Amino acid sequence: MDGRDVVAMWEGLASRDAASRDAAMESLQQEMMRRVESIGPLPETPCSSSASHLNRVLARILMLSKRCPYGDVREKCIWLLRSIQDIGVRIPRPLGNGPSRFIPEKEILQVSKVDARTQSIFEEAFSLGHLDNISLVMGFHPQYLESFLRTQHYLLQMDGPLSLHYRHYIGIMAAARHQCSYLVNLHVNDFLQVGGDPKWLNGLEGAPQKLQALGELNKILAHRPWLLTKTHIESLLKAEENSWSLAELIHAVVLLTHYHSLASFTFGCGITPDIHTDGGHTFRPPSLSGYCVCDIANGNGALEEMLGNQQVAEVSGEVEVLMERMKQLQECRDEEEASQEEMTTRFEREKTESMLVATAEDEECVPSRDVSRHFEDPSYGYQDFSRRGEHVPTFRVQDYSWEDHGFSLVNRLYPDVGQLLDEKFQIAYNLTYNTMATHQGVDTSMLRRAIWNYIHCMFGIRYDDYDYGEINELLDRSFKVYIKTMVCSPEKTTKRMYESFWRQFQHSEKVHVNLLLMEARMQAELLYALRAITRYMT
Amino acid sequence: MEKMACVSTVSSRTMFCHLDAPANAISVCRDATQVVVAGRNIFKIYAMEEDGFVERLNLRVGRKPSLNFSCADVMWHQMEENLLATAATNGAVVTWNLARPCRNKQEHLFTEHKRTVNKVCFHPTEVHMLLSGSQDGFMKCFDLRKKESVSTFSGQSESVRDVQFSMKDYFTFAASFENGNVQLWDIRRPDRYERMFTAHTGPVFCCDWHPEDRGWLATGGRDKMVKVWDMTTNRAKEIYCVQTIASVARVKWRPERRWHLATCSMMVDHNIYVWDVRRPFIPFATFEEHKDVTTGIVWSHQHDPYVLLSGSKDSTLYQHIFKDASRPVDRANPEGLCFGLFGDLAFAAKESLMTGEAGRKPYPAGDRRYPIFFFKKPDVTEQFAQVASALSVFESEADGSSRMDWFIKTARRYLLSGKPFAELCDHNAKVAKELNRPQVSTTWTMLRIMFSDPGNPALPANHNMSKLGNIPLMNSFNLKEMSSALNERNKENRQDNLHNLETNLNNDENEETEGSDGQAEYLFGDAELDDDDLYSMEHENQAEEAEFSLPQEAFPLRHEIVDHPSAPEPPAEKPESPQVSGSEAESFCLTPMESISLISVSQLLYQPQLPPSFFCPVVREMLDYYAEQGDVQMAVSVLIVLGDRIRKEIDELTQEHWYMSYIDLLQRFELWNVSNEVIKLSTCSAITCLNQASTTLHINCSNCKRPMSNKGWICDRCHQCASVCAVCHHVVKGLFVWCQGCSHGGHLEHVMEWLKSSNHCPAGCGHLCEYT
Repeated sequence: MDGRDVVAMWEGLASRDAASRDAAMESLQQEMMRRVESIGPLPETPCSSSASHLNRVLARILMLSKRCPYGDVREKCIWLLRSIQDIGVRIPRPLGNGPSRFIPEKEILQVSKVDARTQSIFEEAFSLGHLDNISLVMGFHPQYLESFLRTQHYLLQMDGPLSLHYRHYIGIMAAARHQCSYLVNLHVNDFLQVGGDPKWLNGLEGAPQKLQALGELNKILAHRPWLLTKTHIESLLKAEENSWSLAELIHAVVLLTHYHSLASFTFGCGITPDIHTDGGHTFRPPSLSGYCVCDIANGNGALEEMLGNQQVAEVSGEVEVLMERMKQLQECRDEEEASQEEMTTRFEREKTESMLVATAEDEECVPSRDVSRHFEDPSYGYQDFSRRGEHVPTFRVQDYSWEDHGFSLVNRLYPDVGQLLDEKFQIAYNLTYNTMATHQGVDTSMLRRAIWNYIHCMFGIRYDDYDYGEINELLDRSFKVYIKTMVCSPEKTTKRMYESFWRQFQHSEKVHVNLLLMEARMQAELLYALRAITRYMT
Repeated sequence: MEKMACVSTVSSRTMFCHLDAPANAISVCRDATQVVVAGRNIFKIYAMEEDGFVERLNLRVGRKPSLNFSCADVMWHQMEENLLATAATNGAVVTWNLARPCRNKQEHLFTEHKRTVNKVCFHPTEVHMLLSGSQDGFMKCFDLRKKESVSTFSGQSESVRDVQFSMKDYFTFAASFENGNVQLWDIRRPDRYERMFTAHTGPVFCCDWHPEDRGWLATGGRDKMVKVWDMTTNRAKEIYCVQTIASVARVKWRPERRWHLATCSMMVDHNIYVWDVRRPFIPFATFEEHKDVTTGIVWSHQHDPYVLLSGSKDSTLYQHIFKDASRPVDRANPEGLCFGLFGDLAFAAKESLMTGEAGRKPYPAGDRRYPIFFFKKPDVTEQFAQVASALSVFESEADGSSRMDWFIKTARRYLLSGKPFAELCDHNAKVAKELNRPQVSTTWTMLRIMFSDPGNPALPANHNMSKLGNIPLMNSFNLKEMSSALNERNKENRQDNLHNLETNLNNDENEETEGSDGQAEYLFGDAELDDDDLYSMEHENQAEEAEFSLPQEAFPLRHEIVDHPSAPEPPAEKPESPQVSGSEAESFCLTPMESISLISVSQLLYQPQLPPSFFCPVVREMLDYYAEQGDVQMAVSVLIVLGDRIRKEIDELTQEHWYMSYIDLLQRFELWNVSNEVIKLSTCSAITCLNQASTTLHINCSNCKRPMSNKGWICDRCHQCASVCAVCHHVVKGLFVWCQGCSHGGHLEHVMEWLKSSNHCPAGCGHLCEYT
């Protein structure tokens, strides 16, 4: 069986046509059996190349047995793995549990069984080979997921000013800025697949001058976008033979912001490596002690659930308090009007307070060498927007908004993407099921707006028509800590943070919050970048 | 009172002044003597005097001005000259009374909106009525004698971008929304809008009622369009549409000029354009003074069409005078050139240019230049420069190869699958031969020889081998050298030809097109004739397309087609006259090489064990050659027929590219069946999936006319069975066939049966249905 046939076979497994899936499964079985027999039972020499190849295929089958949206393939893969095990070959087992460290696996996988729409999106993503753990977690919100996948597919695969390997490399750069090894690994594979030069992966120095120049923009955008000026843009656009064109730059900026915010989501939801990639599975037999610890920590043990229930009982009433506050705000807003000065101070207060919200325990996590080589200056991180000494003027949304200005600029230089992003922002902002925890029929627009504006506030973006006092009422401290960590230094997000906010809410609602955070962050970064470009152009 | 147009003469020159901060909006008072400029950090009144703007009043008072001063919009009352209203970004609506004795002129403050107020608008005739539209999705109507709004209009939480009172209808106002809708409201009925329609994709930033024409509304949106709607009819009807180059931020009708309106953009483009809506391709006039986006435009006086004021983000306030405007139409080139599908060429140029051409012979068969049946009557109301262009159409000769007949015939008659390989090749060779394409024909024969199983001597076409097979073999073995030589020759040819064509174009070609009148008229018959206005093609729309580089691009293309049959000429032949015609090409000679080729054939015959893969590089080159030559049809056909034998030799991307070009060509010629066959037979995943795309059929319920979402036969909304068979009156759940004329139909078998015996629709509607 040569490479081409193997590719065809894997594709066959992802087909929507049951018959061709059957055929592909059949040939997979034959192939596996042939291969296993040729190696012979108990291959105790793991270094041999055929054995390592076999292991890779086995890992892939394992992935299929867990993640394939088609029940028939899942069953047959399980059966196949068993029969291989019976022969005496060591088979892998998934490491960690489920797509997310924070959310129990069965809750995530349940989604596609219940919701036909999610199922069909999964099927489509699967046939394109993109059914990663991120998509699985986003499956809670099919409406958004659809738009997200469409945008991402367009950015990476469809017509655009940048070549394919550049796109993946920019993705790697952006994700590496937040030390998000999950995204980096994902795109290293893609990068090599589209014919990227492996030398680039040794570090930014190995990449062309042109991409190196982007490092500075990447750094600023990721951590302190408000410092971006038109001189940064100019230095990229006017660099002799290494200069960027405007269209390329827009594409790059959209990619950078997309992956910065996606890194936030990845950490915010504790996405685990995909099963078939390194770190997603292990060939070691499960040791008893390891099993327990790991399962409990990942929220899969029954014990954990009991504990969880107890916790919920303790803090019950949290949701009711929140709803009560929302109602109060709604009512009293018409009566009592804060003076203008008061409003300004409220914004300032929120801004400075966001600074005081400590992002994480001071565990200095040193970025692993593996990921950090894709960017320079690892010490550069988020710094609070309003610091004594340096004064950066507040960004007024009324003067430069996505709807009026950003959209037109993006759509002009990178057609259709403006439309796609616009749709994605709108879906994320307007998404609601009118529920809060167990309560039905709640208007959550106020809460969503508070979250959105709080994130923009951390980036120094102000809405003239928003009373920042509302944020204080609606978002409690642990939630603020979570938001701040996730948006500003996502690599520091911990399971404890994830669990400590909104304890009564469901996982799907927490994922929803994550989507909001991610999109708000992306828009904030985009606004700064696009404003700088606009200023350069005029 | 109304006759104050003389005001404009007072200060009729282009002038500007620097503001301290970017402006968001401007407005003038009724007698056009003063203008108010509002922005985030500015709120001032300037007087327009002969020698420039003079600051009269700064309304931004107080040490630390509040956000109420941060204006998104401003409007000066058109009846009460001391009254102003502003919309603040924090959601406040403020009115100002200039007659107040103290420094702070603020009169009322309405803080009913929860989000930014995008627009305020005074009623044109009612002194105390003020309307506001906000981001929070509400429009509020204020009575200035009261402390609060008198009525609230809900846009269903969709942000309001603009509100405008109608000039003529006392009670009507229009509101434009972020989702692309426009609503009409009656001020007395706050519960429900009178009418709503979708005007744009994306936000509608602005709208403006025509000052004279009742019911004309202009809207501008983020989709870069300006549309003019006629609201007097039952449904709002789009009567004009202007496509600009950037999102439209403001639109204002020009006073006293019925078809003119001014626009400015929100991003990227800093100019102000004045359009004649009947001429949507080129702006009537542009003002190019601003260095940053223009945020506010206003005509200085409601009866003066010559003075326009504008404020901008670049912190300047300009007064533009019409005579200083630049007229893009003067710089436009009224030339155009276009290729028809069948190799015909249409060319339009200024008439003066055409007649003035030196050395031009009179046409023996009358002027073949397209009779200017669309001469436009000069319209005095339209101040456009009148440009008359002459349109010439050059047809390719009826039997020549530049006509694309061969392409269609080949596409129809080629066999790509369904028979053994050798037979396919033979069939295709025969087809090519009959169509007078010997090179293609021999290529097919040769392919058969190369790839047919050598171990099977009982080839049906064996006898051909010695006679015919030698020629192509020679050709292909030398293909590399030949094609390079050819390319050179082609280049030469091309240049000569180009030159020739440019000078003699009309003469030569017109002689060739004699006697094919009917065809020619058909070509343009449906182009513009049905326009009631006899709208002429040779005006500015052609000018838009004209570019100087066009001829260079276009001629080689044509040349290639003409020249194509001559391609196999051996390099030994001397370059001859650059005008190679189809007939000459057929007589290609192969004398110098014949002997060599015979040897190579005999070698092949004696070594039948040569593996077919031996030929792959040669065939690949051959395919590349054909594709380069523009005959992608050949490349794709061979690719399909050879299938696995060659596929791996050519990289996927190239294959995909060829398939795409061929399919595109086929679809242009409306050869849907062939194109579908090609898609089906292709092995590229990117191509085969074309058949999978958009396979959904959307249907509307036959009762309530609304889309059916769930099942195909029962409507969720009206709970009626939608698709009933017209013959048996049962619900059709399987194959449903219907007439596209009268939309009646039913079970496939029933309808087939019925139409065998009757020509009329089974439903009895009297339509003559056809089933094919």
